[in-house]
Amino acid sequence: MSNSVLEASHISKTFHDHIDVPVLKDISFQINKGEFVSVMGKSGCGKSTLLYILSTMDTDYEGSLLIDGELMTRKPGIRLAEVRNEKIGFVFQFHYLLNEFSVLRNVMLPGLKLNRQSEKQIEQNALKWLNVLGIDHLSARKPNLISGGEKQRVAIARALINDPLIIMGDEPTGNLDKKNSWLVLDIFKELSEQFQQTLLIVTHDPEFATHTNRMIEMEDGRIIRQ
Amino acid sequence: MNYKLNIEIAGSLLLARWKQTLVAAIGVTFSITMFIALLGFMTGLNKLLDGLILNRTAHIRLYNEIEKNPRQPVSRVSMYKDFYNFISSVEAVNSREEIYNSEAIIGAIRADKRVRGISPKVHTPAFFNEGNIRIAGVIDGINAREENELFHFYDYITGGSGDDLMTIPNSIILGKPLADQLLVNIGDQVYVTTPSGDIFPLKLIGYYQSGIRDLDKIQGYTSIVTAQKITGKPPDYYTDIQVKLNDLGEAPAIAKEYKSLFGLQAVDIQTANSEFETGSSIRTLISYVVGITLLIVAGFGIYNILNMMIYEKMDSIAILKATGFSGRDVKIIFLMIALGIGIFGGTMGLLLGYLLSLLIDAIPFHFSSLPTITTYPVNYNPAYYVIGTLFSLITTYLAGMFPAAKASKIDPVIIIRGK
Repeated sequence: MSNSVLEASHISKTFHDHIDVPVLKDISFQINKGEFVSVMGKSGCGKSTLLYILSTMDTDYEGSLLIDGELMTRKPGIRLAEVRNEKIGFVFQFHYLLNEFSVLRNVMLPGLKLNRQSEKQIEQNALKWLNVLGIDHLSARKPNLISGGEKQRVAIARALINDPLIIMGDEPTGNLDKKNSWLVLDIFKELSEQFQQTLLIVTHDPEFATHTNRMIEMEDGRIIRQ
Repeated sequence: MNYKLNIEIAGSLLLARWKQTLVAAIGVTFSITMFIALLGFMTGLNKLLDGLILNRTAHIRLYNEIEKNPRQPVSRVSMYKDFYNFISSVEAVNSREEIYNSEAIIGAIRADKRVRGISPKVHTPAFFNEGNIRIAGVIDGINAREENELFHFYDYITGGSGDDLMTIPNSIILGKPLADQLLVNIGDQVYVTTPSGDIFPLKLIGYYQSGIRDLDKIQGYTSIVTAQKITGKPPDYYTDIQVKLNDLGEAPAIAKEYKSLFGLQAVDIQTANSEFETGSSIRTLISYVVGITLLIVAGFGIYNILNMMIYEKMDSIAILKATGFSGRDVKIIFLMIALGIGIFGGTMGLLLGYLLSLLIDAIPFHFSSLPTITTYPVNYNPAYYVIGTLFSLITTYLAGMFPAAKASKIDPVIIIRGK
């Protein structure tokens, strides 16, 4: 078994809106364990669409996708949900925290769903990540009472709770100011260097992209450089 | 499947909009309350009214019908065999009111396992004398204790004691209006003229009030022995055998059986009172319809709140799905919310329904024909509480099903990319 985490081969997608609009054309690449990859491109080049296909949430495409050696294409929804739960951590542009739960509980939710460890262990784990990200003092607060940068760090902790194979980010700094953007970037770099965490981040910010190990540039639904 | 986690999420979503959910739950509470109270009251009233007839009617009444012989001499003559004949004013000779071989029949019926009890009766017309005036009436000779066990006889005794009928010789209980008409009080003598013309003095020991005034105006009760004495008949003389069965529904079949077995007329309660059940079943039906209508309205309330919740919690649903909750989990969570509202509202409804029933039960109500009734009758049949619970669960489940299916189909990509 190679150390390939994710393998996309010949992925194409067309939007059917009266006329067929191709958004992704024959995309193939591979991400290995420990890589910090960024997908860069202008708005509308199809990079987010690609990310949602790679995340298994979008199942309407041609080509095939392997995650951890397992073929994801045409798998039933329940199995895809399990894979997302166990192997993928998400950080979106918007934080998507549940305001009904405390910060700690939000971080714990995917772990509780996976149900592989006891609630105590999951809580310990969550506190550890909150500590690493420097926000453990907020653990009892409700998400609507903390700042935007803090929310994004909580979202990162949530992505890390199940020790995912890969973290996927869709413009994770898109909603943040300069200072918080750098903070998030630093966190990603730290995760990559210290914890050998595999990361796949979609961004339109070239400055962000230059700090990653590997840059995939897209234009008009194709990879133009990687 | 991690139900504990799903319950936790459902619970927190419920509490996040607790005001709306409370309103939805109150809808269920209100409808279940009304359902319980209405049905309890309606069926209580039904039971009371049915009891007026049912309590006093035998499931099967066996008697000897006085009828003409179906084989008249003319039909035995062979030369008129192919003719049709009319005979007017045929007399029923050799036909008697009494039941033949009554002791054996009574023994056989008592041994029947389907029978709850029987009460033989001596029925005779009589005149009650008030000075020169004679009032036509009837006297039934009964075994008071058996009559009470089967037909709640003592419930209708308004003065005196029914037991005295068996202990005091030559005693009689009269319908209250009849006693008033005869100007007699308890302890007074009543003079009765028998069909054969003899005059009998009987001691009045109690009043009887059935609730049907026309009946009470002609009715007298005495013991079997006294009735046999009045009519001048031997101790095995009975005119009616009243049978009460364990299962009322079997009455027509058993009546038929007895009819051919004993060669008697047998009338079952369904034939004798065919129309009275219609009224009570329609009243019950109306109560059910009102209760269910209320529940359906409450169901729409739940449907609305869930739909609103789904639009509001689109983001939460999307992230739950992104982080590994399947469509099924989301569906279960929303069904749990709906059922949570149903269970909470339903339980409160059962409780309030019971309290409302107690309240109705305490309202004074005087029913002239039923002196034992002092408050509104309420039926506390647990079946209505079970039905209420089931209905509340079913309606909330149905109301939750469509929004839950909708929530399970939410595409997280569309929500997350839409931001």
